[in-house]
Amino acid sequence: MDKNMNNEIITGAEALMRALEDHGVKTIFGYPGGSIMPVYDQLYDHRDKLNHILVRHEQAATHAAEGYARVSGEVGVCLVTSGPGATNTITGIADAMIDSTPIIVIAGQVGSAFLGSDAFQEVDLVGITHPITKWSYQIRNAKDVAWAVARAFYIAKSGRPGPVVLDFAKNAQIEKTEYTPTIIDFIRSYVPIPNTDKQSIKEAAQLINNAKRPLVLVGQGIEIGNAQKELRTFVEKAQMPVGCTILGLSTLPTDHPLNMGMLGMHGNLAPNVKTNECDVLIAVGMRFDDRVTGNLGTYAKQAKVIHFDIDPSEIDKNVKTDVAVLGDCKETLAAVTNLLVENNHKEWVDSFNEFIKLEHDKVIYPELHPSDENLSMGEVVRAVSEATNHKAVLVTDVGQNQMMSARYFKYSADRSIITSGGLGTMGFGLPAAIGATFGAPERTVCAFMGDGGIQMSIQEFGTIMEQKAPVKIILLNNNFLGNVRQWQAMFFNHRYSFTPMMNPDYMKIASAYDIPSARVMKREELQDAIDKMLSCDGPFLLEACVIEEGNVMPMTPPGGSVDKMLLEC
Amino acid sequence: MDKTLYTIIVHSENIAGLLNQVTAVFTRRQINIESLNVSASSIKGVHKYTITCLTDKETVENVAKQIQKKIDVIQVNYFTDDDIFLHEIALYKLSTPEFTECPMASKVIRRCNAHIVEVNPVFSIVELAGMTEDITSLYEQLQALGCVLQFVRSGRVAITTSCFEHVNEFLEDRKQKYEQSKE
Repeated sequence: MDKNMNNEIITGAEALMRALEDHGVKTIFGYPGGSIMPVYDQLYDHRDKLNHILVRHEQAATHAAEGYARVSGEVGVCLVTSGPGATNTITGIADAMIDSTPIIVIAGQVGSAFLGSDAFQEVDLVGITHPITKWSYQIRNAKDVAWAVARAFYIAKSGRPGPVVLDFAKNAQIEKTEYTPTIIDFIRSYVPIPNTDKQSIKEAAQLINNAKRPLVLVGQGIEIGNAQKELRTFVEKAQMPVGCTILGLSTLPTDHPLNMGMLGMHGNLAPNVKTNECDVLIAVGMRFDDRVTGNLGTYAKQAKVIHFDIDPSEIDKNVKTDVAVLGDCKETLAAVTNLLVENNHKEWVDSFNEFIKLEHDKVIYPELHPSDENLSMGEVVRAVSEATNHKAVLVTDVGQNQMMSARYFKYSADRSIITSGGLGTMGFGLPAAIGATFGAPERTVCAFMGDGGIQMSIQEFGTIMEQKAPVKIILLNNNFLGNVRQWQAMFFNHRYSFTPMMNPDYMKIASAYDIPSARVMKREELQDAIDKMLSCDGPFLLEACVIEEGNVMPMTPPGGSVDKMLLEC
Repeated sequence: MDKTLYTIIVHSENIAGLLNQVTAVFTRRQINIESLNVSASSIKGVHKYTITCLTDKETVENVAKQIQKKIDVIQVNYFTDDDIFLHEIALYKLSTPEFTECPMASKVIRRCNAHIVEVNPVFSIVELAGMTEDITSLYEQLQALGCVLQFVRSGRVAITTSCFEHVNEFLEDRKQKYEQSKE
């Protein structure tokens, strides 16, 4: 950069532009409004470097930033106005917090002089977002911009990632300041990566070396820590079977012989049942969410537990740990692997087959080859996955579409699943998929959603149209809020309280937004429609009319034990 | 589960809004804060929170870790009463006419080592610094004599009895490690 530029006196808004550029930002998802206008005015002159994607609702900006971050590993950036613009981002911020996604939300705020006076479009964003952010800060002076942005990027991305909010008072956008490019890589009160206790490495290795029936549970921590290779070496050296959380599904290719599938309520039978049979449970970068553990009182009580995590507050939070290995899993996994003796737990690994076969016969085969003349959700998902050679990025919404696509999609590349795991945010899928197309423009992005969730973000068809964002939208339409309907059928005596839903004509909607589309009712039409969707250059909406009362199975009923999954309802 | 009174000592940067973030960790878990004291610490720019709550070991451990996670929190430690030297202060407002007519009250005050810090024709103020039980005991005795108009008790202040200054060590270690990483 030109040296003289550094000492130039510029506005806070211009300082923000430069700080974003200095941190390598290329894409911003946003929506303008009164309190952020000075920033948008400055952005107009930075269009060549900062690609601003105009969303149709601020919540979508946050989900798009999440999709962008999750697929690329970079920080997703949102720009919104104060008041309602800011409150609309809350769901996305909470979602990013619980799923450890690095995003920065920059919101306009009324001028400092008006703070606390209930001014027009004033809301206490910092106060509201403290519990759902890693860091939330109000910029009241232009001179703080470079520092605050540098701190925001460092905090969002380092350690266990998460969302950061910058509440940018209007006066600070307008005031003049001297700008010095700033990078922060140290905050004395913040320890992004805790020290690894060497003893814990030894103890973990010893436990694993003595294990007869080790089971490895992996989560998103592996993807965040870019430790996919280290994980593979680790499990292969001692031949240990692996179960993945929904966010960790693409850490190990689906077809890897040690990958036993998904954990949790609607996960695969074998890894769930075997959790209560293993003698050593090795959790890596996962947090024992209740959707994974079911009843904690009966969860893996027979096993010694080793927990690898970067966040000390996850240790012993839900499951008591025998050995905690703190630190960056890329390093700790490698260190433990070094101390492992090569092993072959053939009998143990083979013992999974009984449950794999049972699930295949009772659940998977009937789902993929239904006797019903209508399409099943699973067969649509598998057909799309196969048509992409299992190389696409899967983005899901929340509900049956999410569980079905997570279960029946196959993964062969890193960072291939983007879903709202912890918060379970309906409406997440469509904007997250838009973000993913910007974060990984070279990859095919398939967004599976239900007829409920698609309508929660349907305004984003506008963004897709304007950006020609190549999202392959697969709508699994069953005319129900399917997941809740399934629970009503199973636990509420089939009382379908407000789950049947009247749907619009999605072909007409797609056509209004100039998005090519196809509706599939029959099995014979499916393949052609998928081919058409994938060969189409740009977005496409494929509406699959599926069995109305299809159920996601197997299932650990809420509060049930992981080894007591239901195979049919 | 057996509950113990824990004293949690938090050291943080002096930043507005942090108190909210700290107390929110308790609120989320439905834990009542028994007492809370915030002040500057012996380290420049570092604030010290002394919080007491009744809970079990597992919960206090989790709470401490979740507070520690806040970016501007430097260090969190929790203690039982055996690990710390603690003190509270209380003020008792007594009705002067009733107080002067009750010789027992003066005796009680003297026996408890409390001080009379203000006397006027309407009311008198008694101050007592000490342990929680002493303060409660004096309150109960004066209350029984029927002359208490108002009573207020401070949050606990506490100092660790260990010979290490954890926060100084921590900050020194952080600085050293960072400088090493830059070499």
